[in-house]
Amino acid sequence: MTATTRTDSALRARALLAAFALALASGCATTNGDPRDPLEGFNRSMYAFNETFDEAIGKPVATAYKTALPDPVLGWVRNFFANLADVFIGVNNLLQGKVGDGLTDWARFAFNTTVGLVGINDVASEMGLEKHNEDFGQTFGRWGAADGAYLVWPFFGPSTVRDTGGGILDLYVDPVRRHTPQDPRTFAVLLRATGQRADLLDASRILEEAALDKYVFQRDAYLQRRRGLIYDGNPPRDPSSRRPEAPRAEDAPGTVAAPPHARRRIADRVFEEPAVHPVPPERAGVVYESRTPANYEAVLAAARREQQ
Amino acid sequence: MPASSAALAAGSMVAALLALPGTARAEDITPPDVLVKSVTLEVVDIVRNDRDIQAGDRRKVIALVETKVVPHFNFAAMTASAAGNHWGKATQEQKTRLTEEFRTLMVRTYASSIAAYKDQKFDFRPLRARPADTDVTINVRVLQAGAAAVKIDYEMEKTARGWKVWDVRVADISLTANYRTEFANVVRDSGIDGLIRTLEAKNRSTERPAAAIAAEKKNDPPRR
Repeated sequence: MTATTRTDSALRARALLAAFALALASGCATTNGDPRDPLEGFNRSMYAFNETFDEAIGKPVATAYKTALPDPVLGWVRNFFANLADVFIGVNNLLQGKVGDGLTDWARFAFNTTVGLVGINDVASEMGLEKHNEDFGQTFGRWGAADGAYLVWPFFGPSTVRDTGGGILDLYVDPVRRHTPQDPRTFAVLLRATGQRADLLDASRILEEAALDKYVFQRDAYLQRRRGLIYDGNPPRDPSSRRPEAPRAEDAPGTVAAPPHARRRIADRVFEEPAVHPVPPERAGVVYESRTPANYEAVLAAARREQQ
Repeated sequence: MPASSAALAAGSMVAALLALPGTARAEDITPPDVLVKSVTLEVVDIVRNDRDIQAGDRRKVIALVETKVVPHFNFAAMTASAAGNHWGKATQEQKTRLTEEFRTLMVRTYASSIAAYKDQKFDFRPLRARPADTDVTINVRVLQAGAAAVKIDYEMEKTARGWKVWDVRVADISLTANYRTEFANVVRDSGIDGLIRTLEAKNRSTERPAAAIAAEKKNDPPRR
């Protein structure tokens, strides 16, 4: 019977692979060819699944939760889970070499767990101990791991290859999942998810109004957001986010003529943008060109002379 | 010294009145950090205290944004930034129409987000810039219990008519950069006119009749 079972499972595996390949192939047909999102077809179907689930269950449950409970109670639930998360936020800060921030996170946990009554009151913030946002995906990013392909997971939503790895670790160490006895665990995990969805109700309504293509809008926002988080709000300027030579004439007659980004200042030194930096038309908008200022060498040489 | 500061204020008011329109001198221009702070606090104060807005009167929020916020934005520059490479290929008329539609979309989105404000606190970061700078970033942090602060950065440039915002980054998400891929996808499929049509359709779809707004109000419970 083992032989049959083996054939069966082999067959099943092959069928699954074929289905996956088909999903990917059909996906390829609808991609926009964005280099950050090679699995766009697959991601879009996951996205559609998540949207359907959210419309049917996620949003109604979160809305009911937000309507039924008074604001202070919503805050207690939010703070309770946020407090538990501070432990590994601290670990991640330490892993990123941010010792001060890591110790702040643990001090927050100590104060909020005791004085804040098992975390339902965020007394640490009132004391000036700032809450941080860290996870393993950010730690890997800080260590130099690139995003990898953009991925959308059922239920979990937007991610990347790197953040998926980080997310698995986050889940593995998650105190709610690990240290709650079986019965309250399911309740706790669902309560946390409901609260998090409820906190996003305003944001998702705004996304609905703002986006032309919600999938693209959400993806680009996710990638920008993660980049900001990895660099703790000071990401190196993405050359693609440079302000293009924008017209002022029709909008503001008689305005100051100096183009704002004609010169870039780094540590008080003025770098002039290169006069010409041609991008082949077939690569325009696909590859983010890094730009070297025209007088880069001269400015550096001057700086070196000053230091000696 | 309240008396002398009052005299100073009166003096600068007279100076402002004497200054011919369009020839405002540099010192008459409100500094960008002061501008962001005063406009933010004023708008949030109105949102929190206006009963109609609290009850979900969308038209009133839009009117508020139009009068208090819009004058400090350079929408042509925002649209140019969102359109990226395609901006240069557009005709003058296309640019004007694109800007008009994008402006409508931005105003509505902005109105929705400020209507969501309730008990947040604002932390206005000190501006690090030199007096001669014409291009600055103003950092504001929105503080909430139980969550990390949300950063809002305003990219501003100096013009003869005052400091103007040309990009807003919320939680490091640049608004104009976020539209760039969307715009590029539409332009590739149906050209700049197609993009204008898409934006028009989008704006029409969010322009809901009063009945729909009232129905939505019922579903969206008033905040305590």
